[in-house]
Amino acid sequence: MGLLDKWRQIKQAEAEQGIDHTMYLTLKEERRISRENNRIIRQFEREKNRKNVPEEEYLTKMRDPNNVVEFENLHTYFFTDVGTVKSVNGVTFDIPQGKVVGVVGESGCGKSVTSLSLMQLVQAPQGQIVSGSIRYQDRNGKCYEITKMPRDKMLKVRGKEIAMIFQEPMTSLNPVFKIGEQMDEVVLLHEEDATPKMARERSLEMLNLVGIADPQKVYNNYPHELSGGMRQRVMIAMALSCTPRLIIADEPTTALDVTIQAQILELLRDVKNKINGSIMLITHDLGVIAEMADYVVVMYAGRIIEKGTVREIFHNPKHPYTIGLMRSKPSGKTKDNRLYSIKGQVPNPINMPNHCYFFNRCDRAIEICAEEYPEMVQFTDTHSAACHLCRNGGLMDTNSTKEQR
Amino acid sequence: MIEKEKAAEQTISNINQEARDGYEQHFKVISPGRMVAKRFFKSKLSIAGLYMIIFVFLFSFVGPLIVDVTWGYEELEVFKIERIDDMVSTADFKGPDGKIYTYYDKSQTLVYFKAPPSAEHWLGTDTSGFDILTRLMYGGRISLTISFIVIFLETIIGVILGGLAGYFGKWVDQLIMRIVDILACLPGLPILLVLSATIKSIDTIPAEHRIYYMMAFLTLMGWTGVTRIVRGQILMLREQEYMLAAETTGISPMHKIFRHLVPNTMPQLIVSATLGLGGVILYESTLSYLGLGVPFPRAAWGSMIALADPSKGQEILAYYPNMWVPAGILIVVTVLGFSFIGDGLRDAFDPRMKR
Amino acid sequence: MWNYLLKRVALALLILFGVSALIYLLSMLMPADYIDNQTAAAVQMGTMTLDDVQRLKELYGLADKSLPGIAKSYLKWLTSALSGDLGYSFVYGRPVTDVLSQYIWISFLIAFISYLLEIVIGIPMGIKASVNQYSAYDYTVSVFAMMGTALPSFFLSALLMNVFAIRLGILPLQGLTTATKIFPHNAYFQILLDKAWHLVLPITVLTLLGVGGLMKFTRTNMLEVLNSDYIRTARAKGLSEHTVVYKHAFRNTLIPLVTSLSGMLPGLFGGAMITETVFAIPGIGYMALRATQQGDIPFIMGYNMFLSILTVLGMLISDIMYMVVDPRVKLS
Repeated sequence: MGLLDKWRQIKQAEAEQGIDHTMYLTLKEERRISRENNRIIRQFEREKNRKNVPEEEYLTKMRDPNNVVEFENLHTYFFTDVGTVKSVNGVTFDIPQGKVVGVVGESGCGKSVTSLSLMQLVQAPQGQIVSGSIRYQDRNGKCYEITKMPRDKMLKVRGKEIAMIFQEPMTSLNPVFKIGEQMDEVVLLHEEDATPKMARERSLEMLNLVGIADPQKVYNNYPHELSGGMRQRVMIAMALSCTPRLIIADEPTTALDVTIQAQILELLRDVKNKINGSIMLITHDLGVIAEMADYVVVMYAGRIIEKGTVREIFHNPKHPYTIGLMRSKPSGKTKDNRLYSIKGQVPNPINMPNHCYFFNRCDRAIEICAEEYPEMVQFTDTHSAACHLCRNGGLMDTNSTKEQR
Repeated sequence: MIEKEKAAEQTISNINQEARDGYEQHFKVISPGRMVAKRFFKSKLSIAGLYMIIFVFLFSFVGPLIVDVTWGYEELEVFKIERIDDMVSTADFKGPDGKIYTYYDKSQTLVYFKAPPSAEHWLGTDTSGFDILTRLMYGGRISLTISFIVIFLETIIGVILGGLAGYFGKWVDQLIMRIVDILACLPGLPILLVLSATIKSIDTIPAEHRIYYMMAFLTLMGWTGVTRIVRGQILMLREQEYMLAAETTGISPMHKIFRHLVPNTMPQLIVSATLGLGGVILYESTLSYLGLGVPFPRAAWGSMIALADPSKGQEILAYYPNMWVPAGILIVVTVLGFSFIGDGLRDAFDPRMKR
Repeated sequence: MWNYLLKRVALALLILFGVSALIYLLSMLMPADYIDNQTAAAVQMGTMTLDDVQRLKELYGLADKSLPGIAKSYLKWLTSALSGDLGYSFVYGRPVTDVLSQYIWISFLIAFISYLLEIVIGIPMGIKASVNQYSAYDYTVSVFAMMGTALPSFFLSALLMNVFAIRLGILPLQGLTTATKIFPHNAYFQILLDKAWHLVLPITVLTLLGVGGLMKFTRTNMLEVLNSDYIRTARAKGLSEHTVVYKHAFRNTLIPLVTSLSGMLPGLFGGAMITETVFAIPGIGYMALRATQQGDIPFIMGYNMFLSILTVLGMLISDIMYMVVDPRVKLS
């Protein structure tokens, strides 16, 4: 077959060129990297800290006015002492108005960093948006380029236009403030001429909306007095209080009991319809995606490997990784009692290979997979995947493989 | 079709195998110890601390040898260096006319001691004619020795008692921890002063033995901290699964405590010991400053600074900084060095706070 | 909560009992002739009679060194201490309680002012350093903080005296009043000003020694809080960095800060032995050091017990404050 020889050849070539995949760095090398990083970081920070940036600099036009957010070729890197981690490495996708976009991938694939980039909340100073653009359209139809937006302007977007729900409800609420105080804060901050009384009414209304039976009591509780599910409801209520255009839900149900998970998902769907907003749903749980999403984006090692509508992804997955994901989810239908798992590990995020990142785990790899990173191949208007096998319109017959297993 | 797939799978598994081999070749496996060392050396402050401590050690332990070999004297060599000292004293008095007059008196005296810095005596000589530089070295030797012995003893006592308290709990824990509480509530410095003063007043104890008593007292006042750390750690570690695993193998309690639990408290112990070294040096120098430490004529940094005590006259404080400033600087350098190293070690052991 | 508090108070009493027994035993270590040596001067001066000396020996169990004898004399001392009688200081020739109550106030004043200064300087610096972690500011502040904790008080005092009192001559060297100046009786303000002038250097020394620790403590706790999830939530709400740091993060850091700072309060009455002595400020620390050096056993016992009570009190206050400031600790 020659594939093994090919692999050896690549490794040989890398060794000759002095490309070293070792994690081990000497102190001197780390110092050099650290110095280099500091220089780069300072540049980015200086750019971000500019004051009185004229509005024209960060006003832009959407590609499609129906979208709330458009990511285009986004690169977010972390400059660590052991090297640059390309957490998000050229991500392009849209979040249409009123839709749920699910972002799937295993942990560390860059899905959270993508959402944090949108909020300008990437852990600075190491984490920086290096290039690409994130466009956001507010309710008046004005479009902003988030990557160029100054910090003080960004404060008006966070919480008001884009709200976020985090994975850990147990630690995401400030333990020393009452629920009410934490909720009122958002309203008082973003609504013009809001009074404390108004804020309180709004908070109670939101608590009621998320299905909390006794809003008055919860309003006066401290976070530690509530259960995990209750806290996640509070987080959602807090996110809703300024009727945002987009809610980013970063694994909202992962830390919860299975029974509570369904309730929270139900709730999210309900409130989305009530406020007519969009949701960017980040998860590694395909069940959640199938339940909730309209569009799906599959990420692997900082890149999008496949995206499409939920129907396309679930019924006609193209990329071997997506297929693997589909197969590794348990379903009562198959008689096979062993759950499928994708072998191997994600490559070292610091020295990414220049061939397909999934190459060494892929059971359908061909020679070209070891040579270059595949381009995105478009199947329909909405469906595309990055795989060499798909270049001729999808060589693979996924149904046949499914039956053979 | 199935055949072909099997072949493909074989190839992939070969590649994976090869990649794993490559992994092992390329990825040098580094031990946790080396990781810690690497993180430690990455911080500039820890390296600065290390240099400071190395300097103080060389100065205190190698310095006396060099002095002995080159100039052939030790700490108690008295130098009489003749020079003429101008003494001007002034006094204000009210004249018969009601105005204030100032009276100047200039006297010239021949002095042998308190020589200013010179080529032979880099820091000059002190009120007794001892060479200050040499005394600094001997003082450092005493300070460092005391601090290391005291910390060593404290750690041993603390590990044993903390280990027992943490492991056995119940009345053992109650007893040990109440003793710890009581000792921790004793006012440290006043009690040390009382003890040292008592020892000093007892004629049957020779002066050169006083230092051993002092070390014992410092140890007795200091072991409670180590005990608390070890006990706390062990209480936490006992809940871990691997202890349950050790339990099921049926090994003896002593084996469990000192083979499985105590080694896991090492990081905290090393850090607290390093930081403790500086603390002991400060205590020791305070006692020496008050004349309750190393007895004269032996040198100690604290007693060298005591020469500047304004209650005994302002002359040295004002005009002879060479007698007391170097000793103070050495104390600061030593204590600071130990804190830098201690902090560096803590960050290296527990990198959560680091980027 | 009351149960817990009761338990803590009981424990505190137990500790105090242990401490008193220990201090008593320590004085037992002193050989009998030590008392004779130490009291010789007092007897000669007529402030003490030989009977007093004998009583003292009995009181401290030095006359009877058998176990029941010690126990008996300890009980005697304890009962009189409980009724507020700590004995008669033979250096100062007055009841120990009198000396304590007279001299703690100047010590408290000095300690309290430097305590306030430490808070005002240390906490903002710690916050700023934690917000700019790894910046030049952070490193500078951290190094200075450690310098402060590494300086022996007597050395720092000597340095400051040399510079400000002797070389520059702008501040007084020692004491609490200017001996050469004679103020009219009613010039209270001038006398006050003169005293304040004398306290500048001691307060500076105490502040410099303490501020580093507080700054570092603030920094460490702030860093821990700033890395937590709820700070990210606060940022995601759109709060300004200032609100995030000074409201959301600092309110959490306040828990350990208030707990430890309130625990330090009673200790302010204990006096700073070395600093007061170097500057010859007639505070309780200075008096205690003199008494210790002269073997004034009643005073030593009384003073050390006083300090232990302050420490235990500090622990209790810390516990109570922790329950007050941290809503997670249930009050019911």
